[in-house]
Amino acid sequence: MNKHAAPNLKAEKIAGGVATDQRHDSAHKHVSGTAVYIDDMPEPAGTLHGCLGLSAATHATITSMDLSAVRTALGVVDVLTANDVPGENDISPTGRHDEPVLADGKVQFYGQPIFCVIAETREQARRATRLAKVEYKELPFVTDIGALDPKRDKLVTPPLTLKRGDAATAIRQAPRRLKGKMRIGGQEHFYLEGHIAMAIPGEDQDVTIYSSTQHPSEVQHMVSHALGVPSNAITVEIRRMGGGFGGKETQGNQFAALAAIAAKKHHRAVKIRPDRDDDMIATGKRHDFLVDYEVGFDDEGNVLGVDFMFAARCGFSSDLSGPVTDRALFHCDNTYFWPAVHAQSAPLYTNTVSNTAFRGFGGPQGMVGAERVIDEVAFAVGKDPLEIRKKNFYGTSDRNITPYHQTVEDNIIQRIVAELEQSASYARRRREIAAFNANSRFIKRGLALTPVKFGISFTATHYNQAGALVHVYTDGSVHLNHGGTEMGQGLYVKVAQVVAEEFQIDLDQVKITATTTGKVPNTSATAASSGSDLNGMAAQNGARQIKDRLTDFAAEKYQVPRDQVLFLPNRVRVGNQEIAFADLVKQAYMARIQLSAAGFYKTPKIHWNRDKGEGRPFYYFAYGASCSEVSVDTLTGEYMVERTDILHDCGRSLNRAIDIGQIEGGFIQGMGWLTTEELWWDAKGRLRTHAPSTYKIPLASDRPKIFNVTLADWPEASEPTIHRSKAVGEPPFPLGMSVLHALSDAVASVADHKICPRLDAPATPECVLMAIERLKKEAEAGA
Amino acid sequence: MAKISIRNEMRFILNGRDVVLSSVAPDATLLDWLRLDRSLRGTKEGCAEGDCGACTVLVGKLSAGGLVYESVNACIRFLGSLDGTHVVTVEHLRGASGQLHPVQQAMVDFHGSQCGFCTPGFVMSLYGLWMQSSDPSNAAIEKALQGNLCRCTGYEAIMRAAHTISSYGKAAKDPLAAERKAITARLEAMHDGARVEIGTGKTRLVVPANVDDFAAVLDKEPGATIVAGSTDVGLWVTKHMRDISPAIFIGNLDGLCTISEDKGVISIGAGVTYTEAFSTLAERIPALGPLFDRIGGEQVRNMGTIGGNIANGSPIGDTPPPLIALGARLTLRKGKKRRTIPLETFFIAYGKQDRLSGEFVEAVHVPVPAKDTKFAVHKITKRRDEDITAALGAFFLTLAKDGTVEEVRIAYGGMAATPKRASSVEKALLGKPWTEQTVETAMAEYARDFTPLTDMRASAEYRALAARNLLLRFLAETSGTREPIQVSRHEAA
Repeated sequence: MNKHAAPNLKAEKIAGGVATDQRHDSAHKHVSGTAVYIDDMPEPAGTLHGCLGLSAATHATITSMDLSAVRTALGVVDVLTANDVPGENDISPTGRHDEPVLADGKVQFYGQPIFCVIAETREQARRATRLAKVEYKELPFVTDIGALDPKRDKLVTPPLTLKRGDAATAIRQAPRRLKGKMRIGGQEHFYLEGHIAMAIPGEDQDVTIYSSTQHPSEVQHMVSHALGVPSNAITVEIRRMGGGFGGKETQGNQFAALAAIAAKKHHRAVKIRPDRDDDMIATGKRHDFLVDYEVGFDDEGNVLGVDFMFAARCGFSSDLSGPVTDRALFHCDNTYFWPAVHAQSAPLYTNTVSNTAFRGFGGPQGMVGAERVIDEVAFAVGKDPLEIRKKNFYGTSDRNITPYHQTVEDNIIQRIVAELEQSASYARRRREIAAFNANSRFIKRGLALTPVKFGISFTATHYNQAGALVHVYTDGSVHLNHGGTEMGQGLYVKVAQVVAEEFQIDLDQVKITATTTGKVPNTSATAASSGSDLNGMAAQNGARQIKDRLTDFAAEKYQVPRDQVLFLPNRVRVGNQEIAFADLVKQAYMARIQLSAAGFYKTPKIHWNRDKGEGRPFYYFAYGASCSEVSVDTLTGEYMVERTDILHDCGRSLNRAIDIGQIEGGFIQGMGWLTTEELWWDAKGRLRTHAPSTYKIPLASDRPKIFNVTLADWPEASEPTIHRSKAVGEPPFPLGMSVLHALSDAVASVADHKICPRLDAPATPECVLMAIERLKKEAEAGA
Repeated sequence: MAKISIRNEMRFILNGRDVVLSSVAPDATLLDWLRLDRSLRGTKEGCAEGDCGACTVLVGKLSAGGLVYESVNACIRFLGSLDGTHVVTVEHLRGASGQLHPVQQAMVDFHGSQCGFCTPGFVMSLYGLWMQSSDPSNAAIEKALQGNLCRCTGYEAIMRAAHTISSYGKAAKDPLAAERKAITARLEAMHDGARVEIGTGKTRLVVPANVDDFAAVLDKEPGATIVAGSTDVGLWVTKHMRDISPAIFIGNLDGLCTISEDKGVISIGAGVTYTEAFSTLAERIPALGPLFDRIGGEQVRNMGTIGGNIANGSPIGDTPPPLIALGARLTLRKGKKRRTIPLETFFIAYGKQDRLSGEFVEAVHVPVPAKDTKFAVHKITKRRDEDITAALGAFFLTLAKDGTVEEVRIAYGGMAATPKRASSVEKALLGKPWTEQTVETAMAEYARDFTPLTDMRASAEYRALAARNLLLRFLAETSGTREPIQVSRHEAA
């Protein structure tokens, strides 16, 4: 990559087109420490540094705030409070006006930002922050949704109801029925690079902000509101994030807004990088849920009707809780046809940090609820849960209507599961595990195979659009820009592959450039797994516009029909002669052909009526399945994942190497969510797991001992997606469910698989041991 | 005592260049210095508490075995502790013509990075491992990476890369190996036997010339903060912004870094790191090997000391319970005066130890269990590796010829305000046959010995239950069962 090599004009294929394994475009920079993250950029001279002052009360009115010692502390230049916000003191991403930049008179969670110290150095800002004297009048607070009534208590945003058929009657008339409740924990993103923003003031009202964000356009809008200036004064740029996972979809707004306010006020660059504890305390996480379910079924284990209540801990403001809880309902079917279904959400107000987007965006919680129902039915009828799963799968030509009345047209789950069942030797290992458990007193093994179906598209239809900007320079090199952001997922290289393929030039001729609101406007968040789908299409559109002009030009200049202009690797065949791509470009330039284009794409076919609960919110579905085996120590609840097999569907993969990485990483992250990652609040409402010393994400030594990940090589997207590939960001995340269910299977063995363990998540060793104890007692009592 | 010369500057090598600093704050971290003063921004801050490894660098130090490079967390490593060392950052790895180092090339080719933020830390940890082992096992790689968090890859690609590094190049040809002699000579030249003293008052730091010098300095300045591995003190600074001045850095004192055995008693100097103690302890007291592998991550084990683990008196320190169960004794020193006490009496109450003003922990003496004794230690955590103890039990037992319990010491961490003996449980076992019936009776006694707390690591109920069940595990493992008695990551080597 260092030297600009001349393109091969005789190649049969370009280097780095679609459907080839390409390295991450920045890999060589990652490994050598030269990839620049925002904190690595050289600071302009005189850069100031900010530190947030956080609330020490969980719900209170602020009776006095004495910041005099802060203001006079060494190095302090300013202390911003709500009064210093020149525009609107609000960064609510959905316009509900419920989330102040800085709390004004009232705090609603422990750790809410109430002031921001601006100092000459970051250390001075951090030290000064601790000198504040804030007094509170405490108000009653609630942090746990277990104490709330989802039907009566305060919601942060309107709930959703999905229904199809008459679930109540179906359940009532079913031969068998049962009810239950499941607690599903939240999750901290733990992106390795924490939040950061650096604002550099310009002339007039201008400010340029480098923000670690998945949503530069939203940062632009929020900053413009907070400053009270038009959007055209604000430019937001991000080359790369050190991880996002949804945690940087809206949560960067606060830091960007404060940095911008201080930068404009003091005419100096301002950088705000919270330390890890502040980042974990003051920014939102995955929603935790309490799921109430009731299911009617027959003796064979066919589900006849289901009723769900998905109550979510949303925190003190709405943020994205509306669409997140909606998506939980959209996935309360997972891969299953519910003949009659009624599902409600309850986005509950709590005095905790406002929960936000996190890979899967509520979908995984919905699917975990669905899988619990399947487990309950399986235990009730005394069959292997996998058998009940398969029995209730969506059909391909019938039994294929979702709770939101979209027809599942691309169902491949039967084949995915059948192939995985085979390759993972499910039946044989089921027998072996039974034999092992019969002879092992303390250690029990468990096995589970769980499916995944994930809906692709933003459910807010208008987000399903994207723009790109493609320039071809006179030497034939290409400058590519689009609205998607790079957070490690390999979006930049995938979109560059699409452009290389379109022009038929080697990938190294395409320069990938930092995402900025100045080049491509009004972009959507890089979220909902949509990055490659949307931006790949937009970039392809941009490239095609230029290619069309080049084709017209060549046809005219060389007097050949248009269909005799063919883009071959690094060259163009025009009639009988071949011209190097760069040469043709040069000729086109001399003939004053425009060599730049703004590409655009909007996803077709999708629509959604939230009031009716009907529509086609998803363009297509991505599928996968995983099979995990665990061993559990029944004395302590400690466990180990012995083996996991995954078969996953990425359609016709744009880049298998990148996609495999997404699947492996998504699975481990999903497994972490359901096992060791526990958020813990104390009785005072303080989050006590706010650093890696107390919040435990998986390590290399938590990987399954045997880990087989396979991309299904036969599926292709049924819709004309970018080169018939499928999205891969979120769908692999819920593959981690197989570990939770394998743990459940191992726990169930202590009561001869007669009692559903009802294992909550995260299934920490403690949770597992307590479930074992409960089952042993119930088995004794029942015996 | 010979007169100690005093030097008012510290010296070390950063990558290729000598560094001389005459102004160093006692609480200045290596990471901030690299990033802010030297603009070496390949080394990242992920957590500032030694848990994520994004800031991993190598520190080369002269020891009895010559020049040894170890991975450390730059975020909690104080600049003041680096006198006479060679600091190697990720910027040092690329060749003169810009080509990637074998570790880097393997990571690129096997797609070992996604967002890339943790990657320099992984590269440095793998570099440290590769220099020690050209063909590491899965277990060795996982161990070397226990202190590195990655949130994107799920580690699988990194493991694939780690297994192939040696096909990209030989460690013997690595610049650090090729320049070993020259670097050694340069470091030796820096070791002039002087005490380093820099600054006054709140900026004062001291690096004593030797142990006697340390004893003298501390006697004079009993309020000073003693910094050995800084895996705890580092957090006082990065997390709590505590004033640690004046600070005395003792990590480099040869006299505290010795480990020796005499008449069945292993004496471990207070400055011996977990890594340095590992081979001796794992060989002589095998049950300690697996425990040590689960203390912190590799970087923390390379820095943290057993003496520090004892001296800070934490109720969840991992070494006191097994050392108490083994009957260890502790030598404390003040000036020239020494006293040796049973380790268990050192822990008086939460935050209170039997240590006088100006006194320091000099060494701990651990009797090697006799052949016919039984000893085990079990640590329970939320995440298996690199996690802080929820409960830890250590068991020492000898049986009489008739199979009754002749001698028993059981000590726990995480179950009380200090590391504590389970004396009622011991009493219930003593003199009884070592059988399940006896154990079950004894298990009821735990409630007398411990009233554990509920916190973010575990509930009181879980601690009580799991701690009790560990006795059953100990019975099973001492009774020759062939069934598995605990889950394991790797088959025993």
